[in-house]
Amino acid sequence: MNAIDNKWIGQRTIRPDGVDKVTGRAGYAADNTMPGMIWGHVLRSPHAHAVIRGINTAKAEALPGVKAVVTAQDIVNFPLDKSVMLGIQDMRWMCRNVMAREKALFHGQPVAAVAAISEEIAAAACALIEVDYEVLPHVIEIEDAIKPDAPILHDFLKFEGKSSNIAGTMVNKVGDIEAGFAQADLVIERSYDTRPVHQGYIEPHACTVSCTADGKVTIWSSSQGQFMVRAMTSLLTGIPQSNIRAIPAEIGGGFGAKTIIYLEPVAVMLSKKSGRPVKMVMSRDEVFRATGPAPGMKATVKIGMKKDGTIVAGHGVFYLQAGGLPGSPLRGPVGCSFAPYNIANVLSEGFDVVSNRPKVAAYRAPGAPLGAFAVETVIDELCEKLGLDPLEVRIKNHARPGDKAVYGATFGSITFVETTEAMLNHPHYKAPLDKAPAPHIRRGRGVASGFWYNAGGESSAQVNITEDGNVTVTTGHPDVGGSRASTANVTAELLGIDHSRISVLIGDTASIGFSNLTGGSRVTFASAMVVTQSTEKVIGQLKERAARIWKIDPEAVDWDNGEARPAGANAGKFPPLTLKELAAKANEMGGPIGAGIQLNTVGADPGFATHIVDVEVDTQLGIVRVIRYTACQDAGRSLHPSYVEGQIQGGVVQGIGWALSEEFLYDKTGKMDNASFLDYRMPVCSDLPMIEAVALEIPNPKHPQGVRGVGEAGILPGLAAIANAVHDAVGKRFSSLPLSPPKVLAVLDA
Amino acid sequence: MAKVHVTTTINGEPVEFLCDPGQNMLDVLRNTLGLTGSKEGCGTGDCGACSITLDGRLTCSCLVLAAEVEGKEVGTIEGMAQGDHLHPLQQKFLEMAALQCGICTPGVLVAAKALLEKNPDPSETEVRFWLAGNLCRCTGYDKIVRAVMETAAEMRGAA
Repeated sequence: MNAIDNKWIGQRTIRPDGVDKVTGRAGYAADNTMPGMIWGHVLRSPHAHAVIRGINTAKAEALPGVKAVVTAQDIVNFPLDKSVMLGIQDMRWMCRNVMAREKALFHGQPVAAVAAISEEIAAAACALIEVDYEVLPHVIEIEDAIKPDAPILHDFLKFEGKSSNIAGTMVNKVGDIEAGFAQADLVIERSYDTRPVHQGYIEPHACTVSCTADGKVTIWSSSQGQFMVRAMTSLLTGIPQSNIRAIPAEIGGGFGAKTIIYLEPVAVMLSKKSGRPVKMVMSRDEVFRATGPAPGMKATVKIGMKKDGTIVAGHGVFYLQAGGLPGSPLRGPVGCSFAPYNIANVLSEGFDVVSNRPKVAAYRAPGAPLGAFAVETVIDELCEKLGLDPLEVRIKNHARPGDKAVYGATFGSITFVETTEAMLNHPHYKAPLDKAPAPHIRRGRGVASGFWYNAGGESSAQVNITEDGNVTVTTGHPDVGGSRASTANVTAELLGIDHSRISVLIGDTASIGFSNLTGGSRVTFASAMVVTQSTEKVIGQLKERAARIWKIDPEAVDWDNGEARPAGANAGKFPPLTLKELAAKANEMGGPIGAGIQLNTVGADPGFATHIVDVEVDTQLGIVRVIRYTACQDAGRSLHPSYVEGQIQGGVVQGIGWALSEEFLYDKTGKMDNASFLDYRMPVCSDLPMIEAVALEIPNPKHPQGVRGVGEAGILPGLAAIANAVHDAVGKRFSSLPLSPPKVLAVLDA
Repeated sequence: MAKVHVTTTINGEPVEFLCDPGQNMLDVLRNTLGLTGSKEGCGTGDCGACSITLDGRLTCSCLVLAAEVEGKEVGTIEGMAQGDHLHPLQQKFLEMAALQCGICTPGVLVAAKALLEKNPDPSETEVRFWLAGNLCRCTGYDKIVRAVMETAAEMRGAA
């Protein structure tokens, strides 16, 4: 199955959804329309923190053209004292994130919504809604939110017996750190801070919803999981899942943030009240103010090392900025930061801190890039002071199969050391670098590593043979970056037929079995597993049909190169039967041919990444440019190499943005100051060099093709690798991201 | 407010439409004419997902008033392929996997086509600066830049 001479696996085939995407025909969420459709618009809180004493919608409802108005009264209330979970999401927070209830907790939080015959009338009606606010003091930054006299967002949240903005904690521990630090020849402790960053997908959230008089709901929306859309909408509207059909539109980027919903339950209630299909599309301003982001962080990390490079102890304390409602991804920094290394003594502590900002959402390896930034820069400084090579130190300390991770799991067939050795031996690491090419230009090189859990989970697939002997494959995961292409490669390989004879579709919630989110670097791993098992069942059926036609035992039939052949004692007795011939006889020989598999997939071993980066610092202007970048990960098996490289390259560039230019800025009233792509500066084409992606292929023994997840780990090392490279260039350590020109100049001038 | 009557040419075909005086061309393309290939990523001219050409000049359709296209030649992503024959850029983007989610792709293709019409032999730096107005969050731009350079080389070879 996994031979290197595979005909289709590992080929750079043209993706099944490609032509639609290069011709503008692909249907994204905002592209859908329906007969009789009206438009929804959201009224958002103008305050960062305020009690909502009352809402009067009478004037809005009286405006000609208005068809429905919705407030929190129309959304199912989940009382604050009882947690109701859907996966990792707590419905107490989700219902309030979708529509503010007792309080507005951040500027831009939805307070009411209107559906009207045009977008303009819906917006005008929102302006007529009277909300009686009692404005409260607000708090934006972590350090302010954890002060004893800070404004409290949620009275019921208690920490150490008192009302607090600390909403949760997590601790991972092995050994005894004090004993560990006592063995160290050098101990370094540093503090870090980073700003929230947005996932930055180019497609704003959008949906069209039709709610009919018989209570049936159809949702077209862009998400990382149509089943999540169905389940969450059901919980927040009280409509049973069986009455909701969620149709996945093409998704214009998600990176984690479309693993939750914002508009769908509101649009359902507007459609239900108005009796009309309702379309809602966010503006970019709304996306910035009320969706995402990834949390900001304040952290202190202390690591002890022996002269030979052995890491003897690590202590991390990570405060993450949840936004107005709890839910920071603490397991990112707490569990991942020290996980690449086999360290005898580790204490890793996380705190979830609420403040008056939009509620955080997942972003590519949620939380883990922050922890890696802190830990990997301390390791770099230890290596520098002890005169050790930073990659050799990583290799010396690497976690091995069978080691117990600080977060509790025992590692399977992990390949961290292979990944790091590949970078140690890469020409980039040995390439000469002119460190002072001009009077005000300094260049430097940095490295760093990172760890992400990866995931398996629930997936479904259906493989059907068409009457003319071709194939349709349906899976239940939105395709964010080429998963249909890898599915087609796997199916073609197993069936031994030409790639062009296979069409791959994403099913809606009524047409394919439950499939968990596209997230956690799980989809290529899990899809290939269920598609393989489904296709193997289909091949079993095809052999059985051939056996029936030949009147021999099915065990005596082989499937080879797209046709059934008599085997063993019967070899050569009958001419082979092709897929087309068997399909033509399907109905007379037992009926349609097809099979589905629904599975909770397991065996996704973790992912590791190691990066090398060269930067150039303009010491007069404080501008840092990345001039060369090499990123290594083990893909296990690249089902479609281009899309493996694409995941790595995309993750790297998101890391570059995080390190150098992206941050949420707030004014004194608690309002985001840079809610546009002009002022929130993501990397553009002219900021970057080519990104060399090195994808190793060391097969995962627990997967039929050897696949390991690759989607997330590529974002992990960049923050630290760039900070380490800037240090190498200018001789100063940087502890605050982004490394924007004013911050760089401040450190250089200090 | 009275609607404005506009007579224009879109992808070589004569088109008439009515629009509000304040309506932008992206809104008319998507919601009046059903040409949803142009995407709205920001509505402020920062992301390039709505890129079109006006009399051959690259522009963001969200920054153009619909009434301004009177008498002009509008080019959109829907006009890039000739029947079932893809433009070389479209074909190369497929072959070199220069797209992931695909939401920025129509705008990137329209912009890249406008570049190659002006400059059939761009350097990597010229490609990168020309496409600096087209945000892509998935690819890190690597495969996009390579696909544009490769297409340019092939088109020069074929010319």
